Amino acid sequence: ATGAYPKRVKVVEVGPRDGLQNEKNIVPTPVKINLINMLSETGLQVIEATSFVSPKWVPQMADHTEVMQGINKLPGISYPVLTPNLKGFQAAVAAGAKEVSIFGAASERFTEKNINCSIEESLERFEEVMKAAKEVNIPVRGYVSCVLGCPYEGKISAAKVAEVSKKMYSMGCYEISLGDTIGVGTPGSMKEMLTVVMKEVPVGALAVHCHDTYGQALANILVALQMGVSVVDASVAGLGGCPYAQGASGNVATEDLVYMLNGLGIHTGVDLQKLMDTGTFICNALNRKTNSKVSQASCRL
Amino acid sequence: QEPQASGLPEYIKIVEVGPRDGLQNEKVIVPTDIKIELINQLSKTGLPAIEVTSFVSSKWVPQMADHEEVMRGIERHPGVQYPVLTPNLQGFHSAIAAGATEVSVFGAASESFSKMNINCSIEESIERFEEVIKSARSMNIPVRGYVSCALGCPYEGNVVPDKVAEVSKRLYSMGCYEISLGDTIGVGTPGSMKKMLEAVMKEIPLSALAVHCHDTYGQALANILTAIQMGVAVVDSSVAGLGGCPYAKGATGNVATEDVIYMLNGLGINTGVNLHAVMEAGNFICTALNKKTNSKVAQASFSTGTIN
Repeated sequence: ATGAYPKRVKVVEVGPRDGLQNEKNIVPTPVKINLINMLSETGLQVIEATSFVSPKWVPQMADHTEVMQGINKLPGISYPVLTPNLKGFQAAVAAGAKEVSIFGAASERFTEKNINCSIEESLERFEEVMKAAKEVNIPVRGYVSCVLGCPYEGKISAAKVAEVSKKMYSMGCYEISLGDTIGVGTPGSMKEMLTVVMKEVPVGALAVHCHDTYGQALANILVALQMGVSVVDASVAGLGGCPYAQGASGNVATEDLVYMLNGLGIHTGVDLQKLMDTGTFICNALNRKTNSKVSQASCRL
Repeated sequence: QEPQASGLPEYIKIVEVGPRDGLQNEKVIVPTDIKIELINQLSKTGLPAIEVTSFVSSKWVPQMADHEEVMRGIERHPGVQYPVLTPNLQGFHSAIAAGATEVSVFGAASESFSKMNINCSIEESIERFEEVIKSARSMNIPVRGYVSCALGCPYEGNVVPDKVAEVSKRLYSMGCYEISLGDTIGVGTPGSMKKMLEAVMKEIPLSALAVHCHDTYGQALANILTAIQMGVAVVDSSVAGLGGCPYAKGATGNVATEDVIYMLNGLGINTGVNLHAVMEAGNFICTALNKKTNSKVAQASFSTGTIN
């Protein structure tokens, strides 16, 4: 059944971090800062700025401190940063971060390959970050990867997703973003997964982070909205390819998401034109075409 | 396949429009033998309906100039329909002479679009179709009706749902067995799709409705999902997402059949179509056209070497 949609949706912009992290070309610091500043003018309330991870692992995010200190921080806008461990957390706070994110996964093999430890060990690591964050009143967002499929394990059980989500929520994450990391999910698997997760985590604390690798993102997001989810992650211009499928697309484009939400009469506070302009800026800087169909279509009409 | 999600149709008929709507909107003229090979490959995928060509004057649509050769040249598989477009009585007669056993007529919910596209008003176009449908019915030839600009018009902008319902009702009453509602410029969203279908469903039984969504703004699958949630059980799509948008240069047009099937498989909905076989046909035509596929499923599957 189509059911009722939320009246408002919070769009979490992950382009500067998740997007750029998965782009081949290293983006100069001033370009990153300008991108974030332009995004700050669009009405977006949450913009994931960077990742306090070792530059050995993620060269694109090597300038995390400069970026954090260089951006305009507008009132009413949150600029969360990734902090994979206590060291990263401390560096983030020292650089002025007021919100952080931690990344778990619903797949053991993915966790091993990605951060070289088991799910349980990763949660212990996060527990340290949570403790430190609580002491300084810093909100923590939790991500769960591979919620609809894993590049190594294939199918992922909804129960496992619920288990990891519940652990992160109980640890103190204010929000859990459920990521379809390789974009294999469909409205069928999205519905099934959310039904199980919603038994353990209140829907008001849930977000979806859909990848468009198989073209399913907007349909999956639509189903999530129908089930009461009102926080959606997206990346301007659809920045960020898929590291598991060469040449394939990754993040869903913020422009295409906002276009759909506008058509549904759902309030986001985001100015689509300003967003498209920002997408044009970063694509020119990256010398690449946009992954946003709305942007592609609008330029030509 | 997953167990079927409740409330959705158990079976959805996919109408493959790649060889006609798709190729018609591709810049490169495709040789006749390639067209025939494409259709033959599609015939082996399980697709129940494949729109083959258009019996329109080659002056207007050069890509379809070989309509007769194509119609006569393709393999006709049992259980597969091979409809062709017939804009007028002359085209209809040629189509029948060439062996067509199902035809389609194209109306629009916008006066401006009708004038710009076929040089007459909606009313005049319906009179033209009346002739075709009368002839068709006398020969027991089923006629499918298309209504363009169902969710927006490149000239008029917004299109009123009641107008879509009115034109659809006319075509249905004249004898079209199915009405395919087309989001011609892809501007529709789940919001406008729902409103439009609610209006049309007051006039036409659900079982006679199809949706023909363009992916120009990336909304096609979400719009199709909305339609099937409302009970629509016929969906048009184009292998490899063939066919750009003539109203937005460089933008995409038709939704890719592969991406639709991937979604329907994930919903546990039966289509009878083999996804892998469609991807192969898509790979064939993209190679022949020297272009990249518009199907994300095909892109991802060929990259990873696996189908998820």
